[in-house]
Amino acid sequence: MAVHLKRLAQEGSEKPRLNRKAKDRLTIILFLLPAIILFGLFIIYPIFRSAYFSTFNWNGLGPATNFIGLDNFKRILTDTIFHKAVINNFIIAGLSLVVQLPLSLGIAIMVGRDFPGRGLFRTIFFLPYVLSEVITAIIWLGLFNPNPDRGFINSLLVLIPGVKAIPFLGDPNIVLLSIFIVLSWKYFGLHMLLYMAGLQNIPHEIEEAALIDGANRWKLLTHITIPLLGSTIRTTAYLSVLGSLQQFTLVWVMTKGGPVNASEFMATYMYRYGFVRFWLGYGSAVAIVMLVIALIFSLIYRRLMQRPDYLAA
Amino acid sequence: MATNRSRLPRTAKKIIPLIIKYLVLIGLTLVILAPIVILIFGSLKTRGEMYSKPYSIPNPPRIENYFRILGGGSSFWTLLLNSVIVMLGTTFGVLFVCSLAAFIFSHMNFRGKGFTFNFLTLGLMFPITVAIMPVYLVIRQLGLTDSLLAVVLVQTAFNISGNVIILRGFFEAIPRELQDAAYIDGCTSFDYFWRILLPLAKPGLSAVGALTMIVSWNDLLTPLIMLNKDSLWTLPLGTMQFQGQYGQDLALVAAFVVTAALPTIIFYLAAEKQIVSGLTAGAVKG
Repeated sequence: MAVHLKRLAQEGSEKPRLNRKAKDRLTIILFLLPAIILFGLFIIYPIFRSAYFSTFNWNGLGPATNFIGLDNFKRILTDTIFHKAVINNFIIAGLSLVVQLPLSLGIAIMVGRDFPGRGLFRTIFFLPYVLSEVITAIIWLGLFNPNPDRGFINSLLVLIPGVKAIPFLGDPNIVLLSIFIVLSWKYFGLHMLLYMAGLQNIPHEIEEAALIDGANRWKLLTHITIPLLGSTIRTTAYLSVLGSLQQFTLVWVMTKGGPVNASEFMATYMYRYGFVRFWLGYGSAVAIVMLVIALIFSLIYRRLMQRPDYLAA
Repeated sequence: MATNRSRLPRTAKKIIPLIIKYLVLIGLTLVILAPIVILIFGSLKTRGEMYSKPYSIPNPPRIENYFRILGGGSSFWTLLLNSVIVMLGTTFGVLFVCSLAAFIFSHMNFRGKGFTFNFLTLGLMFPITVAIMPVYLVIRQLGLTDSLLAVVLVQTAFNISGNVIILRGFFEAIPRELQDAAYIDGCTSFDYFWRILLPLAKPGLSAVGALTMIVSWNDLLTPLIMLNKDSLWTLPLGTMQFQGQYGQDLALVAAFVVTAALPTIIFYLAAEKQIVSGLTAGAVKG
């Protein structure tokens, strides 16, 4: 170090500073390169490539030569099964927002911050999140078995007088709700965990001050706690809508989109046409439509996020 | 708490909500754990017992199913090995790529920094399920289908955005003075990054690592699309296939599922702190 300082003194400070700048620039480029390459190669470039292939009628064998312009998109936009898939995605997103999130928030508030057994309950409630969706789906396939001698839930239901066994995954009118139950089982712990972390960040003093000023528990909740959790609530809302748009594994293992497309989602639709039937051109077009929907949602979200907190709350 | 205007005695007013709380939480605990317990019970039965009394306590517990799954000729160990390779590859890749980038975003200034950061976090808008078809076309073009490398590369790429944000947060929390002091002492940027920043940011790195391990381990879609050869399949893929093939023998499927879930559960109980810290850091900053 002494040597270095001496050298600095001898050479004056101009040259090393320039050197440092050049070095810094090199560091910046080298350090960002891996991320930019991977990102560009596997996220940005594929999107453009898909946009290109989406204009072909292409089964993936040989080069794509049968240019059909926007016909794939026309077909997607007029396909009632795809409409159904989009609607199903939004139903799940809506249910998550109005049922799953408030439930998770309620439980997080209930557990609070200084509650005996808090850690244990958190560990248990979060456990399903770490299980894979394949495992979750197989577990619930068994529980949902329509035969009351086989399926645990129906075996309980038939104990109630006048209640018959419910074909949870076989009835087109119920299947979405059944999938939503499984999703809630798996993911409410995640949202609860995030709310618990958010609650941790609210200073005790604020709540105490409100109580001293005469606020009751309900007012405390609606005027202090929930507004202060605003950013966490928005984050979980974003996560659950984006998660809903991605529904694939659970549905594919449990119903494959059935019965009669009642549980079709955008991703299962894309998988069915793009990979099972291997219509790569059409599948690409579906992917582009999905990307646009995800993008629109993200932009709307960013717009809303820019509103000041006191408005959003 | 400070004021208590109710006519009920103070203790009753405190205890009744507490009892309701515990009842709700215990009820919820049952809802969460019952499916898992039923699964474990099922795995310890013979095929016949599974049909005659599917959710009773196994008496006596039978471990034959587990022998069949773990014994010779079973695909389980291959699946496990492939999953471990992919998981380690992806976790290492994510830590390497994201810590380098996060260091630049937290400690260096340059023109276009905001733009580059926004570009790299664009991935948050394109989750892997939505983008898998385009990615498949590129992997095919590169001739990488049917290789574990393809799975590692794709998983790494799609985990860049979120983890750069998380790690940047952790790196920014390290006092700036340390960097100044290190530079005055003649450290290069790389020295500082490697010898000072990374060791100090261990909690952040282990949070990102733990989270990535779980995401990679549980991912079905990427291996499903990229891998055809069953010798390369990972656990989720193999589990789905096993369920399809032995769907009639529910006890055996249950044992397979328990065996496949066990590593995750053990890992979760061991690394809960890191997982939680990764998720909350991501949510607060994202």
